[in-house]
Amino acid sequence: MTASAGATLEPNSHLKARAQWHPLEIAFWLSTLLPFVLFPHHLVLASQIAITALFALSLDLILGYAGIVSLGHAAFFGLGAYTAGIVSKYGWTEPLLGLLIAPAVAGLAGYASSFIIARFSHLTLIMITLGLGVLLHEAANRAEWLTGGSDGLQGVRIGPLLGTFRFDLYGYTAYAYSLTVLFLVFLLMRRLINSPFGLALRGIRENRTRMPAIGAPSHAHIRKIYTIAAMIAGIAGAVLAHTTSTVSLGVLDFQRSAEVLIILVLGGAGRIYGGLVGAIIFMVARDQFSGIAPQYWYFWIGALLVTVVMLLPNGILGGAAALTRRWRGLTP
Amino acid sequence: MTLGPILGVLFDGFAYGMLLFLLSVGLSVTLGMMNFVNLAHCAFAMLGGYVTVTLTRTFGWPFLATLPLAFLAAAVASVAFERTLYRRLYRAAELDQVLLTIGLTFMSVAAAAYFFGTVVQPVETPSYLRGSIDIMGMTVGRYRLFLVVTGLLVALLLLLTLDSTRFGATVRAAVDNQRMARGLGINVESWFAVTFALGSGLAGLGGALAIEIVGLDPHFAFTYLVYVLIVVSVGGLGSISGSFAAAVVIGISDMIGKYYFPALGSFLIYLVMVAVLMWRPTGLFGRR
Amino acid sequence: MHRRLMLQAAAALALLTAPAASWAQGTVKIGVILPLSGQFADLATQMDNGIKLYMKQKGDTVAGKKIEIIRKDSGGVAPDVATRLAQELITRDNVDILAGLLLSPNAIAVSKVSAEGKKFTVIMNAATTVIITMSPYSVRTSMTLPSVASTAGAWAYKSGIRKAYTMVSDFAPGKDAEAAFQEAFKAAGGEIIGSVRMPVANPDFSAFVQRAKDLNPESIFIFVPGGAQPAALGKAFAERGVDPAKIKIIGTGEVVDESSVKNMGDAAVGIMSVWHYDYNDASAMNKEFVAAYNAEFKRNPDFGSVGGYDGMHVIYEALKKAGGKTDGDSLIAAAKGVSFESPRGPLQIDAETRDIVQNLYVRQVRKVGDGLRNVVVDTVEKVKDPGSAGKK
Repeated sequence: MTASAGATLEPNSHLKARAQWHPLEIAFWLSTLLPFVLFPHHLVLASQIAITALFALSLDLILGYAGIVSLGHAAFFGLGAYTAGIVSKYGWTEPLLGLLIAPAVAGLAGYASSFIIARFSHLTLIMITLGLGVLLHEAANRAEWLTGGSDGLQGVRIGPLLGTFRFDLYGYTAYAYSLTVLFLVFLLMRRLINSPFGLALRGIRENRTRMPAIGAPSHAHIRKIYTIAAMIAGIAGAVLAHTTSTVSLGVLDFQRSAEVLIILVLGGAGRIYGGLVGAIIFMVARDQFSGIAPQYWYFWIGALLVTVVMLLPNGILGGAAALTRRWRGLTP
Repeated sequence: MTLGPILGVLFDGFAYGMLLFLLSVGLSVTLGMMNFVNLAHCAFAMLGGYVTVTLTRTFGWPFLATLPLAFLAAAVASVAFERTLYRRLYRAAELDQVLLTIGLTFMSVAAAAYFFGTVVQPVETPSYLRGSIDIMGMTVGRYRLFLVVTGLLVALLLLLTLDSTRFGATVRAAVDNQRMARGLGINVESWFAVTFALGSGLAGLGGALAIEIVGLDPHFAFTYLVYVLIVVSVGGLGSISGSFAAAVVIGISDMIGKYYFPALGSFLIYLVMVAVLMWRPTGLFGRR
Repeated sequence: MHRRLMLQAAAALALLTAPAASWAQGTVKIGVILPLSGQFADLATQMDNGIKLYMKQKGDTVAGKKIEIIRKDSGGVAPDVATRLAQELITRDNVDILAGLLLSPNAIAVSKVSAEGKKFTVIMNAATTVIITMSPYSVRTSMTLPSVASTAGAWAYKSGIRKAYTMVSDFAPGKDAEAAFQEAFKAAGGEIIGSVRMPVANPDFSAFVQRAKDLNPESIFIFVPGGAQPAALGKAFAERGVDPAKIKIIGTGEVVDESSVKNMGDAAVGIMSVWHYDYNDASAMNKEFVAAYNAEFKRNPDFGSVGGYDGMHVIYEALKKAGGKTDGDSLIAAAKGVSFESPRGPLQIDAETRDIVQNLYVRQVRKVGDGLRNVVVDTVEKVKDPGSAGKK
């Protein structure tokens, strides 16, 4: 940001400056209302984009801000989805109830695994998260009595939201619901990131071992953010279960973890909008490519990723930021 | 209880481990040497596989003759990609390298489906490599025996190169301490290009050899990536003996697990990996 | 004067017949959801080819209406994506009929949408019993795994086998197959001497085959998903010295599909299977079908192709019987009880359960001429799904 040198020495005003709403941000959020008017037949897709954006946002918290690369983040997404589905199966059909219980379950799992996660880094960490994710997927496959196994959870009964708004075929309720949840969580996370805790996280990302020297307990912070990220991933999973009335093993699998990582890096990790931008671009591209060339959309998505990396380092937002800086004439 | 069956299973596990070794050793060395995350590694393996399939089926070549070409094709392809794309990202963030190489993998999967179709490809192995023979009381699959011999030969060659040649010394230096190596005047980038070609070539060879055991379809590039990453992380980055040991451990423990505790199924490999990594985070033979 | 009158009369006539004309130009849109990319792409392509071949042979007009196919890719096992695609097909593309549905989890999810949207749905491959109960507007033109497995169990006993070992992949279809086989085999009087469940993603079967061999079973029932696994399993049997001539290996048709048999080579000889279709089936109708399929697509059809082909036939018949009406209620009423001759033999859509009733064939891989073929050795007629036969 273009704050003057003097202001950046004052932490509080620095944080306050970052917390100001940029007009582009306001434009972005207003434009998320456009699908209701411009693309009324694509609301189901829009709601799935919102859910993916929320999931990517949760990964950004640990990857972009704390430097934890996870290839098993779908574990929490899946836990949230299954919790929401199972809760509805046993009679509690109000979605908002599932929305409260799912993050609790996912958060608990996140807290428990954070003790392991905090101790490792680099490739070791990536592989451990991958391993834990695959183990959970296999456990869910075995526990057919609970999860329905590979056929998916049976008997999911999602009631109308707040008792009145049914999740219908057209997706109005679905999109309104997922967009609202995304926005509210985003507001909270924006607060969090622009707080001293958020600054500490960024410090940990840059140099984990040095942070305790200035009084920031690395491990405790990492555990905290990992738990929060798990809870948000759980919320995203729950919203998916609510809007589609299905939960299957796919919410837990490696592909989902890998995909959300790709989406986040595509959009630009470490910039709170990275996950959102990545989700929109990736999922719209996939939908379009898939419609044009169903068997070969992989090729075009791959080409998109390669092009973005070669032309825009640090993801789309990173590239955009670099371009803006150059355009502004290299002012620091 | 006769030892025969168990030994047979152990041998099969060892053979499977050799296959994993061939597929993984290239990635381990390149990751250790340049820290370049090449997730398209298994796409090169897949290329080797398709080269063998095309040569045996369309041109009627004998299976063994196609293997050097599988190696070469993958090596040449990797040089092409390295020159044009990878080189620009040596200093880039790891995640960017991930994005590039995953994008290339996607493209390779679609290309394979386009040119070869989505069907699982058969391979014509010569009759002397089919069926089984009896060695010292155990029934051993001939192809598995062939895999073991090839894997051991390659491992031996690699270790000898590493220990006794100048090239090997340079690679070891670059892996151990890149900064120092540069300081000594070693042009790490060009040595890396050669190592990368070698590693990708070995992956291509591994891909060609894998067809008979696990089959070849366009998704090979993704399916085996996970197993390769497991071997690389358990073995330790930049270590040939590490890859060898890890591959053997994983191959054998997978077999033993399935034989004695089938209920554990696919859990075992991942449990072994997580356990080893928690005990030795840098892998069995890793340095950093 | 006369001419103007004639013109006016002609115009009036044209106006009167115009509604009929636009009704005749009406389109029936069919939304086909298939995993055209991903690991099931090959089977999806075969099914799509079956659909295309049927339309090429019988034309694209039925009951005065033009048939339009809208294809969507589910990408693999992805019920949330399949749900969204089905919803979009109904709300965005205004389809009248849903079809395709190769994978059970996707079919289950789409059935919910079919029920809510009241659209006639044709399940062309998914094989889990329960799917057919999830929407009152769906029919199935493939087969159910339990019917195949329980037929295998009953036939195994009938053919003289008294002891069996089962090896299945550890996921829902595998467990269904295991349960159905064991139940039928035991009910006939046979004994299950052991069983094993293998991981779904399993490149190497050696250890499992050895376990089975240690018990020296009389027969082994196998179920693994199609793709690379059947060939790997067949080769593992050969390597570990399990000889299909001495130990009867019985599987479902996916284990001995064309590419798996080719991959296994001689190791496949003697393997038995129970299935509803093979391109080698000897009926005249099948020979024509295979020839036409080869001419169009340069490869042999498989059970996916025939599922698509027969599925389109059911749609065409239902449309004809319903006089061109496309709402769910009319079409499902017309489709119930439909019976016809298909390349695989006589087929019927059960009037009560809406599930498929067909002959199942017991085959054995034998050397025929220059290659290996599945040769039919026995036929079990008019098989219904055991699950749906019991409950409704």
